This record gives sequence, C-alpha cells and structure tokens, in this order.
Amino acid sequence: MHNRSMKIFLAGLFVIAVVLPSINLAMSGQLMPNYFVGLLGKYICYALLAVSLDLVWGYCGILSLGHGAFFALGGYAMGMHLMREIGPRGVYGNPILPDFMVFLNWDKLPWFWLGFDHFWFAALMCLIVPGLLALIFGYFAFRSRVNGVYMSIITQAMTYALLLAFFRNEMGFGGNNGLTDFKDVLGFDLQSHTTRTALLILSAIALAAGLLISSAITNSKLGRVLVAVRDGEMRTRFLGYRVEHYKLFVFTVSAMMAGVAGALYTPQVGIINPGEFSTANSIEIVIWVALGGRGTLVGAAMGAILISLAKTLLTGWLPELWIFALGLIFILVTIFMPEGVLGKIKSSKGGLERLRNIFSDRSLS
Amino acid sequence: MKLLGFFLLLLFPLYAGAQNFESLVRELPNGGYSERGEVISQILKSGDKRIVITLQALSDGALYASEETGDIFIGEKDDLVDFFTQENLDVTSDSSIKKIKVNNKLRRLIQTGIIQAQHFSPLVSDRMQAAEHAFKDADPERIEILQEALVQEQDESVTAELKQAINATILKTDADIEMKKQAILELSALGAKARSPLSVIADVPELSEAYEEALLIIKNKERVQKFGQNMWYGLSLGSVLLLAAIGLAITFGVMGVINMAHGEMIMIGAYTTYVVQEIIRNNAPALFEYSLFIAIPCAFVIAGLVGVVIERFVVRYLYGRPLETLLATWGVSLILQQLTRSIFGPNNREVGNPAWMSGSVEFIGINFTWSRVWILIFATVIFLSLMWFLNKTLFGTQIRAVTQNRSMAANMGISTGKVDALAFGLGAGIAGLAGVALSQIDNVSPNLGQGYIVDSFMVVVFGGAGSLWGTVFGALTLGVATKLFEPVVGAVMAKIIILVGIILFIQRKPRGLFAIRGRAAE
Repeated sequence: MHNRSMKIFLAGLFVIAVVLPSINLAMSGQLMPNYFVGLLGKYICYALLAVSLDLVWGYCGILSLGHGAFFALGGYAMGMHLMREIGPRGVYGNPILPDFMVFLNWDKLPWFWLGFDHFWFAALMCLIVPGLLALIFGYFAFRSRVNGVYMSIITQAMTYALLLAFFRNEMGFGGNNGLTDFKDVLGFDLQSHTTRTALLILSAIALAAGLLISSAITNSKLGRVLVAVRDGEMRTRFLGYRVEHYKLFVFTVSAMMAGVAGALYTPQVGIINPGEFSTANSIEIVIWVALGGRGTLVGAAMGAILISLAKTLLTGWLPELWIFALGLIFILVTIFMPEGVLGKIKSSKGGLERLRNIFSDRSLS
Repeated sequence: MKLLGFFLLLLFPLYAGAQNFESLVRELPNGGYSERGEVISQILKSGDKRIVITLQALSDGALYASEETGDIFIGEKDDLVDFFTQENLDVTSDSSIKKIKVNNKLRRLIQTGIIQAQHFSPLVSDRMQAAEHAFKDADPERIEILQEALVQEQDESVTAELKQAINATILKTDADIEMKKQAILELSALGAKARSPLSVIADVPELSEAYEEALLIIKNKERVQKFGQNMWYGLSLGSVLLLAAIGLAITFGVMGVINMAHGEMIMIGAYTTYVVQEIIRNNAPALFEYSLFIAIPCAFVIAGLVGVVIERFVVRYLYGRPLETLLATWGVSLILQQLTRSIFGPNNREVGNPAWMSGSVEFIGINFTWSRVWILIFATVIFLSLMWFLNKTLFGTQIRAVTQNRSMAANMGISTGKVDALAFGLGAGIAGLAGVALSQIDNVSPNLGQGYIVDSFMVVVFGGAGSLWGTVFGALTLGVATKLFEPVVGAVMAKIIILVGIILFIQRKPRGLFAIRGRAAE
C-alpha cells in the first residue's frame, strides 16, 4: 500500500511538474501562465518541507517547531548567492556589496558572506547551515532527553530567536526587507519562462528524491527503531538502543531536507525575509503534515499542496475567510482525523466501508 | 531684625496671630505705597497660613477694597469673594470697590516675602517646596534666608534639601575657595541631580580639581541609580511576564495542556476593558476612574467562559495528547484573532488610563511609573489568591487531585470533566485579568496575545511546569535578566540572549527549575 501511494504520487508529480510544464514550454507558455509555474514550484517546495517534517514527527515523534527556521536558513543561503550574482546591476551599482550594505554604509563584505559568489559553495551551505544547526541543537537537546512538548517549545524558542536576529540590520542579512531583487541564477534570467520551468522541474526532482530518501530511511531497520522511539522511547532505550543517536540522525537529515526546500523556494518566489522564521509558519507546516497524514510521507506532501492551494484560492477570493478556514482545519483535523486523510484511507478497506468509517469513527480516544 | 520678629511671633498665641493678620489686611488699602510696604512686611511676619495666598493675590492685582465699608475682596473684578467670610457677593455695580494697587518695588518685596514665608511656613510640604525651588534657582540673594531657615528647620528631609540648596547657592556667590570645595563635595553626593548646579563652576580654574572629583563621584552614583532603575524595569517586566504566564501555569503546568490560544485570552481581557470603557464613556463618564475595577470581573468572566467553551468543544477530546492540543488550540487562536479583527478592525484600540494609573513618582533616584507599580501589585495579588485557591479550597484541591491521578480522583467521586472545564476556565480567566492590566501599557490590537505567547511559555518552562512558585521565579528572573542585558547589548539582542540562555538551560534541567519529582512528573 505504502509503495502504491508513493508510485501514484510520483507519477502524478511527474505529469504535473515535469511533463506539462515541458509541453507548456514547447508551446511558449500558452498552457500555463508564468505565475502559475512559479506557484506550482512554490507548492512543491512546501511539499518537500512537509515531507522533511513528517520524517521527524511522523516517524520519530519529534514535533519540531523549528522547521520553518531550517527552511528559511536554506533560503537565506541561496538568497545570499543570488544577491552576489546581482553584481554591479544593483541600484547603487556596487560590484561587491549588495544594495542594503551600501545603504547601511558598510565598507566591506562581512566574513560570513565570503564564498557565496560561488554557486556550489552556496548550494553546499544550503545543506550545511541547517544541518549543522540541527546537529548542534539536537545533540544537546536529545542528550539531555528533552522530548515531547518541551522539544516543541524550545525549537519554537530557537525559531523565535532567529526571527529576532534576522530582523536586525546589524546581522548583515538585509534586516526587515530580507534579500530580494534577484536577477539571475547561474547566468539564467530568473524572470524567463525557461528558467522558471527548469526550477519547477528541479523542485519536483528534489521532492521525489526527498520522498525516496525518507522512504528508504523509514523502511530500513533504522526506520523501525525510529518508530519504536516514537511509540515507546523509554522501552526502546531499555532494549539497548541509543535513542539520542537515532533521533539526532533523523533530525539532521530532516533539517537538511528543509534547507534544500528553502533553497529552491527563494529563487522561485524572488524574496526571502525574516517573516519566514515566524512562529505561525512553523506551526502551519505541522498542519500540512497532520492533514495529509502523519507518518505517510506522501500524505504530508499532499497536505502541503492542498492547503497551500486552498490558501491561494481563498485569500484571493475571501481573504477573511481563509484564516477561519485554516483555524477550523487545525481543530477538525486534530480532533476527528488524527491520522490524516491518507492515514484514514489506508486504515480502512472497501469503498463504502471507508466512507462510513470517515463519518462514524471519530477516534476520540 | 527679621530673626527677632520671627522669634517674637513664635511666642504669640495663635489666636493673637490670626487677629493681628486680619487687622493688618484691613490696613492694606490705607495710605501710599510706602505705608503699604510697611504693612506687607508686617503681614509677612504675622505667621498666618493665608500669607502666601493674600500676598500673591495682591501682587497679581486680585485684591480689592471697598472705600466705604473697608471690606476686602479677592478675585476678578466681576467675580469677587469676601476675603474673610468667603461669601460670594454680587458687588459688580458697587463703584466704591477699588483694586489695591502695588508697584514693582512692592511686587519684589512680596516675591521675596512669599519665598521667605514659605521657608518659615508651619507646613512641611511648603518648606520642602521652597527648599527644592531654592536648589533649582540657586539665587545668591536668597542665601541669607536659606541660612536662617536652616537654623529653624526641624524636619530632617527639609534640612537636607536646604543644605544642598545652600551648597548650590554658595557656588554662585563669591565665597572663599575652601567653602566652595566643601559645597562641591557635598553636592556630588546627590548624583545626577548635582550636575546642573555644578555646571556653574565648570570653567573656574581653581575649582577644576574638585569639579573633576565631583563628576567622578556623580558618575558612580549615576551608575548605581541606573542599576536600581534597571532592576525596577526588570521587576516590572517580570510582573508583566508573571501576569501573562500565570494562567498558562495552570493549563500547561497543572493540567498538561498546551494552550496556544492563551495569548488570545489575554487579548479578550484587553478588548473587554476597551468595551467597558466605551460603555462608560458613552453612558456614565463620571465612572471612568473606576472603569478598570468594573473591567476586572467582566474580563475574568468573559475570558473564563471562552476558556470553558474551548475546553468543552476542543481540548476535552485531546487529553493525554499534548502535541495535538498545541495544534488544535493554535487553530482556536487563529479563529479568535480573525474574529476580533472582523469585529473591532485590525487597528489599535484606544484604552485610557485612569488618573491614578498615570504619571510617575521619584524615589531614591529611581523613577516609578504608577501603571507599572499597580501592575506589580495586581500580579502579586492574583498570584497569592491563586495559591490560596489551589491549596485551601475544595475546588482547588480537586484540581490538584485530578492532575495527579485522574482515575483515582474519579473513583473518589470527583466529576473530572467538570473539574477540567472549570480549571481551564480559571486559567483563561486569569489570562483575561492579565489582559486588563496589559491594556494599560500595551497596544490593544488583535495581535496583542501573539506578543506574549512565546515569552509565557519560556517562563513556565524555565520555572518548571506544575510549580506556581517556579513561574514567579521564572518570570522575575527573565524580566530582570532582560532589563540588565538591554542597556549593554540593545533590546533585541537581550531577548535573543535570554532565549538562547533558556534553550541551554533546558539542556541542564529539562523539566525546569522547580521540577516536580516523583511519579506525578511522568
């Protein structure tokens, strides 16, 4: 079953995010408008982010409220490269310093910006920065057995601290405005249809890779231990497993995956700012996973796409209603569908019975 | 001569003094300016409480006399009051009533006289005011009066103020260098307050050494004062944090429920205050001073009811699944915020401060804002009542019983569902109370609660879930630490340092400072 849903999803993803955009490109953009390609790319980045959270929450029981931060860090790393690539085309025409640094009267590039003019260095940083943060943070947290709600609260504190830090102009990341006005990536114009399609296809590949890696991890023996940790941490520990090592591994891998999602997100959206670190963002990722189905990977990806799609449609149509709808999704999903849409479908059998189950089994346990 | 007059005056019985004063005032209209000056001098020596009022009125041209009856009136020409009987008489048409005139010479005499009278007034507050005024003016012509006043003075604080006023004045006279040096040294003990009187001698070469020394002492004084001020700010922030977190300490600490809508309960309390004030403003403006006292029970009940509703319809299904309560209550918080935005609009709402909440008072060099003082008191009262409630009342005991062992409590006949709902309502109600207080110092907007939610969780986690004392300790520590870091590294960095500090702290003590030990902890 697991493999089947994965196959269906990957096939769908291939059609929507690779085949159709390619045809569209061949038809010079008559099938899908440019903004729609960008929108689709954004959803797919969110889907990858949701998969990364599902890996830690769904399989290991770590409800991280820090994934928005890992995502944003990846986004910032890529944004820094894109800033450097603007070169002398900025408003102030400074070939080395980004506009905001000229504006703040900085005379040279801070040390942590060095190397970001090379794409591959930046790409590596998209993995390393979130990964390293998760490694250090997780090392201390898991070693001292911070778990459950406490883990959620301190990851939230971490995200909040980063939010405040990135809002400061002195940090050298553009403060309030963040990084924006990108021109091109690897020499390709970011506004062009071809680049956008290529980025969309890249995101789809990244999502597929993320799903396959996560699926490989969860189906391995290591994955079984993770589930054991989720369902009975103490018992697993007493059986002789070093729980903190398993948790640390999966937490770091997941953070790197979130970083990749952020790195692909920035060039497609065209801006990265401290707002990405907000508490609300990190919690919203959780509801994507919860709606789609915790511990199903594919469900998480679908949840992300569904909710983001609904958000785009509703905010354009009835902006006030969207917040109410989102709030209701939070409440209804947690009370009536703790295993999510895909989990619900999986746990039931025939069609009619499946429907009946959805409406009768309220699982209030 | 003046001194002698004053001594004589002290010997007179009070009645004789009053008698004397009244006949003197009646004599005011008679004769020319020189005779009037004589009478004024005598009035000044009479020691009556009404000297200042009378002479000030005379100086301002607000004292009138009837040429026929010799009655004295005070006030404006068309609104005169009998000076002695305070009777409001309609004498506008009486042409015999004339202003008692004074010239500039008399005015000067009156002004110095009034100052003098204040220095020798029987009221401590008058004398204190005069001394403070003298300190600010540091008028060399006043120095003799000051010295006289100092000899007479009995009150300690007025004596101290007078001495400093004399010191400040000496710097402007041509007294000898040694005396001035002594004055500088004494002044420097005042700290920041001494800067302006000392500025007079900044360019005097003979005094430069003493001046530098004094500046050094002042700087140290200021550092201590600043530290005290920051401690107070910290304590005040701590009380705000305590108010915001104490309701959470019940829902999270005692019941184990993560209530992300806690901030919105605070917001509801603040909006309740706004609505109560609006109603009062439109219907009974006289009650405005008491609006907060009316808002307090309203906010408690409304926020509490919302809390009960949330518990009955959402949280009830999620006991034992804290991570899910986090998500569901976040949904509730989104809905409540949007609801508020729809009803009251997205902008800040104006909540007024009653008079007793505004302004500030200075004490030992520290500036205390009244609103902050009241909030500290309010937080203390709430905390103590909550302690009493949880430990001494039946319902409080039931809450603790259900927390510790739900099924056992149920076996003993406690209706656990009811207890859950009411305990959640209690936590929400207290958050509503916090909202009333925070409406006085923060912007009342739909986002009000969001600003407190992370901080409140930090407080509870730092102090240790389940321990109210831990919450107090956590709130005060975080408040004071934030305010001590702030002047050094700036507000935002201070907050970041505190957050990182808490993250590191949790590594050491994963269950907080005052963790519950034993079986109840699991």
